Amino acid sequence: MINVNSPYFNPERETMSRQQIEALQLERLKQAVRHCLTNDFYQKKFEEAGITADDIQSLADVRKLPFTTKQDLRESYPFGMACVPLRDCVRLHSSSGTTGNPTVILHTQKDLDEWANQVARNLWMVGLRPDDVFQNSSGYGMFTGGLGFQYGAERLGMLTVPAAAGNSLRQIKFIKDFGTTAIHAIPSYVTRLYEVMKEQGVDPRRDTKLKVLAIGAEPHSEEQRQRIEEMMGVKAYNSFGMSEMCGPGVGFECKEQNGLHFWEDYYIVEIVDPETLEPVPDGEIGELVLTTLCREAMPLLRYRTRDLTRVLGRSCPCGRNHIRLDRMRGRSDDMIVLRGVNIFPIQVEKILMQFPELGNNYLITLVTEDNNDQMIIEVELAEPTDNYSLIENLAKEIRHRVGDEILLKPRVRIVAKGTLPVSEGKAVRVVDKRKVYQ
Amino acid sequence: MTIPQLSIFIENRSGTLIKVLDVLKQANIQIIASTIADTAEYGIYRIICSEPTRACEELKQAGIAVAISDVFAIELDDQPGRAADAVKMFSEAGISITYMYSFLLRGKGILIFRTDDNAHAARVIEQNKLKSIAL
Repeated sequence: MINVNSPYFNPERETMSRQQIEALQLERLKQAVRHCLTNDFYQKKFEEAGITADDIQSLADVRKLPFTTKQDLRESYPFGMACVPLRDCVRLHSSSGTTGNPTVILHTQKDLDEWANQVARNLWMVGLRPDDVFQNSSGYGMFTGGLGFQYGAERLGMLTVPAAAGNSLRQIKFIKDFGTTAIHAIPSYVTRLYEVMKEQGVDPRRDTKLKVLAIGAEPHSEEQRQRIEEMMGVKAYNSFGMSEMCGPGVGFECKEQNGLHFWEDYYIVEIVDPETLEPVPDGEIGELVLTTLCREAMPLLRYRTRDLTRVLGRSCPCGRNHIRLDRMRGRSDDMIVLRGVNIFPIQVEKILMQFPELGNNYLITLVTEDNNDQMIIEVELAEPTDNYSLIENLAKEIRHRVGDEILLKPRVRIVAKGTLPVSEGKAVRVVDKRKVYQ
Repeated sequence: MTIPQLSIFIENRSGTLIKVLDVLKQANIQIIASTIADTAEYGIYRIICSEPTRACEELKQAGIAVAISDVFAIELDDQPGRAADAVKMFSEAGISITYMYSFLLRGKGILIFRTDDNAHAARVIEQNKLKSIAL
């Protein structure tokens, strides 16, 4: 019987000491490695690396294991990395294959159960209880944010509405009519929903029972989160997930909002230098590498996520000692290299969100002009204006501040609200129209 | 004492101006005066028209970013030097005119302008017995 007054969904696991966490991880890692070795793909990898299951004697030995990558998933498409017979699998999720084969992730019933437990733990952590009404305004189908949150919210015991993404008018009607108290959506869709609420004269503070937002699946800055909280009048918690690790549930912010707790009873978390693949010290930015500890159908050893983050700590006032990671800085493959400078779109967003005159929608376009690569930032004004100097000063100030941040002066175009394309899926923030010289 | 003016933020791209004008035409709104400045990236199209509130609604419905701003409209005799006399009154009172345009209506010169201090400008208009017009 769950105690609704407990701050923990699974108190035993959530409040483990570091020692207990690490002991459990070592035990589970040994099992996971043996399980992986039932599959040809991993046998070959281990042979190449010259190691056996017996080489794992301490948690630090995880570094002896070979990395796995998205490329491995593509090459073993569709079932080459399955570690159980297909008849034991009950679900398949696949990611888009824009650059070659798609990737496939398989799940047994136990995998799905554990996935739901992780999501339920997260939602409980931010104060949701069986009395709440959870509207999942996220894409369903292959996108794991749909079914992942659906099963997790149901596991917690909430009335769960699979509203899916889009059709904002209907979303708002549901929020009002069903007394929705929590929404999960990607951040750009929350701002879209707010715009439509405003047009409809709906004030989320006055006209809804909302108390929690879960946002994720799209890199966003702290400034963007604060804007969303200000607009909707509720706390917005950052969610981390990726289809290779089930989907959402892997990491989530607690009420302290001081980074995301990654669940170390399910994963081993490493942060490595993406060039040397050596571990980086706590506090330094590196690539997140995850090892699944409980997966049956498709365990992944040292999977390179391409997401960049850093370790913030291993304790928290909330009582959980599971590792805290900073919000993702973007993926290493989101990085723009412009005239030799490495730039993340989130660096630009951070600055744009500091101007109250600007709206939430922006687009970065890279072009080649007179054989020079240039960045053009287009950003919408929040409200129409009759004032030329306001616009000119804004453009100048943005150019200046972005220039200081990324060391290249962009061209800035201030545009009217509604000018830039709105997407109902993940927002497109960067368009690269540069000429590539062979 | 002020009159409503539409301020429309438009991109410097072919087709954007005609989109605005088409909406006003379909709504049977009459433009009395309008002005647009040229800049590299965008322009603010300012319009004095019949039924500005309805015009604003129609434009918003069409997805066009529009604001209503209050501007002064004073009537002057159609004689050389009248504009200079009027502007001098504001200048002497320390009021800055942020923008201005003019046109002829029924044999009178109409001066449309916006200031950085509307309350003060209203007092100057009153004290100098300038004639503001209503539409």
